[in-house]
Amino acid sequence: MKNEGEAAKRPDNTAFTQQRLPAWQPILSAGIVIPGFLLIGLAFIGIGIGLFLTSQTIQVWEMDYTGVEKDSPCFRCTILSNQNCTCEVTFSLSTLFTGPVFFYYGLSNYYQNFRKYGVSKDYYQLAGDTGYFKSPEADCAPYAYDSKKNPIVPCGAIANSIFNDTFELYQIINGTKKQVPLDGKGISWWTDYNIKYRNPSPVNGSFAKSFDGTVKPINWPKPAYELDLIDPNNNGFLNQDFLVWMRRAALPQFRKLYRRITDGDYAAGLPAGNYSLKVHYNYPVLSFDGRKKVVFSNVSWMGGKNDFLGIAYLVVGSLCVVMSVVMLVVYAKFKFSDDDDA
Amino acid sequence: MLRRRLNRLCGGDEKRVDSRTIYVGHRPCPDTEAFIPSKFCDNRIVSSKVIVDTPTSPVTSGLPLFFVITVTAIKQGYEDWLRHKADNEVNKYPVTVLEDGRSVKKESEKIKVGDVVEVVEDETFPCDLILLQSSREDGTCFVTTASLDGESNHKTHYTVPDTEKDLQALPATIECEQPQPDLYKFVGRMHIYKPEQEPAVRSLGPENLLLKGATLKNTKKIYGVAVYTGMETKMALNYQGKSQKRSAVEKSINAFLLVYLCILISKAVVCTTLKYVWQSKEGQDEPWYNQKTQKEKDTNMYLKMFTDFLSFMVLFNFIIPVSMYVTVEMQKFLGSFFITWDKDFFDPEIQEGALVNTSDLNEELGQVEYVFTDKTGTLTQNNMEFIECCIDGFQYKHRDTRSELDGFTVTDGPVNKLQQKAGQEKEELFLRALCLCHTVQVKEAGSEVLADQVDGIDGLLLPQPEEERGFIASSPDEIALVRGAMEYGFTFLGLESKSMKIKNRENNIEEYKLLHVLNFDPVRRRMSVIVQTKSGETLLFCKGADSSIFPRVRPEEVDRIRMHVERNATEGYRTLCVAYKQLSAEEYAVADTGLREARLALQDREQKLMAMYNQVETGMSLIGATAVEDRLQEEAAETMEALQGAGMKVWVLTGDKMETAKSTCYACRLFQRGTELLELTVRTLEDGRLKREEKLLELLRDYHRRAVQDAPPVKAGVTRSWSTANQDYGFIIDGATLSLVMNPPREADASQYRSLFLQICQNCTAVLCCRMAPLQKAQIVKMVKNSKGSPITLSIGDGANDVSMILEAHVGIGIKGKEGRQAVRNSDYAIPKLKHLKKLLLAHGHLYYVRIAHLVQYFFYKNLCFILPQFLYQFFCGYSQQPLYDAAYLTMYNICFTSMPILAYSLLEQHISMEILLDNAALYREIANNAMLRWRPFLYWTVLGIFQGLLFFFGVRFLFSNPALQDNGQVFGNWSYGTIVFTVLVFTVTLKLALDTRHWTWINHFVIWGSLAFYVFFSFFWGGIIWPFLKQQRLYFVFANMLSSVSAWLVIIILILLSLLPEILLVVLRKPRGPHSRQKKPSQSNVGGSQSSQSSARPLLMRTFSDESNSVI
Repeated sequence: MKNEGEAAKRPDNTAFTQQRLPAWQPILSAGIVIPGFLLIGLAFIGIGIGLFLTSQTIQVWEMDYTGVEKDSPCFRCTILSNQNCTCEVTFSLSTLFTGPVFFYYGLSNYYQNFRKYGVSKDYYQLAGDTGYFKSPEADCAPYAYDSKKNPIVPCGAIANSIFNDTFELYQIINGTKKQVPLDGKGISWWTDYNIKYRNPSPVNGSFAKSFDGTVKPINWPKPAYELDLIDPNNNGFLNQDFLVWMRRAALPQFRKLYRRITDGDYAAGLPAGNYSLKVHYNYPVLSFDGRKKVVFSNVSWMGGKNDFLGIAYLVVGSLCVVMSVVMLVVYAKFKFSDDDDA
Repeated sequence: MLRRRLNRLCGGDEKRVDSRTIYVGHRPCPDTEAFIPSKFCDNRIVSSKVIVDTPTSPVTSGLPLFFVITVTAIKQGYEDWLRHKADNEVNKYPVTVLEDGRSVKKESEKIKVGDVVEVVEDETFPCDLILLQSSREDGTCFVTTASLDGESNHKTHYTVPDTEKDLQALPATIECEQPQPDLYKFVGRMHIYKPEQEPAVRSLGPENLLLKGATLKNTKKIYGVAVYTGMETKMALNYQGKSQKRSAVEKSINAFLLVYLCILISKAVVCTTLKYVWQSKEGQDEPWYNQKTQKEKDTNMYLKMFTDFLSFMVLFNFIIPVSMYVTVEMQKFLGSFFITWDKDFFDPEIQEGALVNTSDLNEELGQVEYVFTDKTGTLTQNNMEFIECCIDGFQYKHRDTRSELDGFTVTDGPVNKLQQKAGQEKEELFLRALCLCHTVQVKEAGSEVLADQVDGIDGLLLPQPEEERGFIASSPDEIALVRGAMEYGFTFLGLESKSMKIKNRENNIEEYKLLHVLNFDPVRRRMSVIVQTKSGETLLFCKGADSSIFPRVRPEEVDRIRMHVERNATEGYRTLCVAYKQLSAEEYAVADTGLREARLALQDREQKLMAMYNQVETGMSLIGATAVEDRLQEEAAETMEALQGAGMKVWVLTGDKMETAKSTCYACRLFQRGTELLELTVRTLEDGRLKREEKLLELLRDYHRRAVQDAPPVKAGVTRSWSTANQDYGFIIDGATLSLVMNPPREADASQYRSLFLQICQNCTAVLCCRMAPLQKAQIVKMVKNSKGSPITLSIGDGANDVSMILEAHVGIGIKGKEGRQAVRNSDYAIPKLKHLKKLLLAHGHLYYVRIAHLVQYFFYKNLCFILPQFLYQFFCGYSQQPLYDAAYLTMYNICFTSMPILAYSLLEQHISMEILLDNAALYREIANNAMLRWRPFLYWTVLGIFQGLLFFFGVRFLFSNPALQDNGQVFGNWSYGTIVFTVLVFTVTLKLALDTRHWTWINHFVIWGSLAFYVFFSFFWGGIIWPFLKQQRLYFVFANMLSSVSAWLVIIILILLSLLPEILLVVLRKPRGPHSRQKKPSQSNVGGSQSSQSSARPLLMRTFSDESNSVI
């Protein structure tokens, strides 16, 4: 009995309670650190060279078509009264622009990352839940109802401000324009297109009917169910341009994928020559001092052209190598005298 | 009368009345006043507090804050419950109360003022009682107040005269003062009403009052009426209110918090200002794609500014590490278990280990600068032992052999064979003196067996085994001496009707008639008895301190003995000299009449007695000296040495006599041979012709000159110099002088006195304060605590008299000693033995401090680099308060992703192993003065956080200059941006902790790698499902998409490495902490087993560097 009491009161003699758990005490010795730094440095330099070279091979052609200057081709479209204005930008490529070529549009000084702007959408509407068509999310205000109190679908600032310039690309061969086919598929995230966004189920076999009682966003020329009348899979909320727009950009200067050039004669790329880009100029940006541009680019395994990563790897890699050398010198210098002592 | 009654009706105002009337047994008395059952404090001790202490945070951040409050409340509640349980133990203790003629068992807390309480032997009094009846015939009882003032002797208390009748029907009232804390003061009156008589009035003094907490001894039972109960008892009043103690770390936290609060506010202000500057530009405020609602347009601009400011505050509030409080609380709470669990603290004698009463102060154990220790029961065992004696210059020693005896004696024979060195006669005279010259009483042995024999000595009838003979005396020394004499064959059998019986070596009983006892007093510092032998000789035996005996004996005798006395004194023994003289009949007659007259004198009795004593005690002849040891606690000296080695200053605060305390200090090596003692006591003050105050000032100035001005400046970090070049000073002060210093007659001098006193004390290696009242101890602690630099103080004690100082000090340590449990209950930590203090401070305290300091710094750092990118992002999103990270990440960052590794670190880290910490007390100095939480390290961590935050944000910013990061040309959006930054962040701060961890147990591995894995898993999971309860599926597949991008991988890797690079470099290049620590014991460093001793001998690059450069230069 006494022993039991003793056992109960005496603290447990375990490694944990006595703070004697077996422990590894890492010691960064010179023997580990110097080769470690050297290895990391060399690896980084290797990666850096790879990245930098890759980035150099990526071809980019970009052009601002906002039309700020009077002599720029799209200047006349910047006058607000000018509806359905089109302008043509011509350019020439001296070498083959290797395919597949990606066609981006870019905006600057455009704040897609405004907080109020960002929350101004109704996910339930976009997931095809017609229950929310009649009562849009409050965050959508002032793009939730039109002036007649009709609910807007899709509501919110993002949808309302969808980028609506359209482009047609022609190769000019001997004075005649040959249209370059632009592929609008696969420009948005696979998950956005296939899972996250859903169209409402058709009512009585009519897709448009499911939108009954709602109005189109104010700035839209046509309702969501008429975004792509040719391809029903690209219509409504599943319109890829719409999906691309709905994924908000991180920074006020951004580019978004518009089309891919993958088909037909241009699957291998844009051959050298003259090209004409026909712009259906609808999107006003000058009121907030924004700019619009188009970008043609091809991509590599690392994505689009970006020298930053390669340079960063080269710098950090060389830094590591230099430091390991310095440490080696220090170590070697004092190691010998240390041995003498021993 | 009317006023009093009114007050009483008002109830609460009762305290204003300066006296109280108590009805003994609650019986109405035929007094002018009607009996009103008055409201007195009930006999309950309440030390638990109900307030839930919530950490205050300026911003509410929902879940984390709720979490914080809940966890803190649970923790505090648990600790309060423990306190409550301890209180209950006392409050529910069964007591016997006389009620309507019957004894009724009650719980202690139910005692009301006026109850007649029965207390039996060895019980503690449940409340303050006026002694009414004792089982002893002479109306006295013996009490030990060891747990109140540390004096373990037996004190005699007296019943109120004329009450030893039937208590059941005693009509009486007691008028006494309202409760006050002074233990030694009590004034009251008792009216005893007798039928058809004037009420008899008896005055009551402290000798009638039995204090709560004292223990009844040697008296079978007593009855007393309760006058003060519960929180009004003198013991409770001597407790200071248990205030919430805050550690220095918490103060640092608060300072840092203030800085971060400033950062937060300035961030919000900057953003708000810039927002409006930016918006003033044409078209920026309300671009067509993001128009405002009508309501927003109508809002007042200043109101908008204000709400914007608040929004920024909410956005950045995560910079205030709210969850740090939870983690700190958990760390403290869980960490304190390691103290409880430590088996080194387990004492097999009392079958208990250490006890942690509050876990708030763990780290304070690593910051102690001043140690205040009680003497009796803490440094010493309060257990006197007779060591040796010296008779006529020859040394006798009954303990085992020792080699270092001085030249002319070689005594190491067995007990009963004293070498016949000094001559039979001298020896026996000496031993008889020891047997006779004292006030020891023989305890009624076997009182349980002979229950009806209340007093009377049965030693003669029933010869008991001598070892079991119990002695009672006012001083444990006397018992030790009597026991010592017993060892040599002379046994004191007891005092019966003025005759003392001793049994001599031949087992014959000798009887002496006790004629006079010349009592001990601290000024004379000696006592004498005058006895008459059977043969009619009159003898005077005197014993006392050497300084008081030597002048009164023949000088030629002195030299032979002085050597012994001095040697014994330096060994830390308490020495007494014994002298005797034979009185002729005439001499005795003179002395007898003189003494009788003096005793009866009505005026100046004290002085007259003193003069008479001095007159009698002259011309004696010295027969010998004794040495008694107050056994020190185990390893007391080693512990004190270690504490001093660790840079702590040790002060001994005791209620005991100065001589005793001084010898203990010598024995504990607090004072050493070379220590120069500066004494400031009543004795030194009364030497001169000057007034006390003047003398005090003069002495203070003198000591100040010696100890402070003349002393060479103390080198930083070296508090105790082992070289002889530096003079060590020890300072001694007693209670009376201290009160003079603290409360000088002229208020103006107070600050001057105090500062002189403090400066002297701070330059002394050890300070001894004797004759301290409990509250004075607290006063001293308070004074040091509030002195310049507000050093961290620690008090350690075992008795109720130490409670106030335990409560006053930053850290209070209770010793689970013999003197009750009050100290333990009121302490922050309780340990079974003094020796455990060393490990508690040097190992546990050091580690806790390092752990929590790192924890705090790390928390601030990780939240800074968490929120800095979010702040920077505002510059790129039009100052629109757009969060960079998803809400889930914002909430989970501190709660889940980064909290466990630091918690594990802060529980398990041992940057230096415990053995090394214990072996090198000096390591404790490295963390002194809150070294790890000063502004410099804080700045370092802050700069690190800023550096990394900038790196995270701009690294990804440059990557996103082209957001097409996938090989399918698709672009990433803002949530991808945030997720990349967040991933880098989580990995970096976790790996930073991994770099700092010097002690990798499997738990660290599990938690560090586990939480990284958890982050990845959570991100997949969180982004892998369309969550039905979310309004926005922002992170849907963002993480998975990020991982499909090679560029994202590469940027994450390089940013992590780059962020940690300075840290790695620093670890490699930094001079390792405690350079000697690992080198001294190379074998210790392969505890982990994975390191060879070769590499541990010179583990770091810079170690070889620094060591070498030292030797080169």
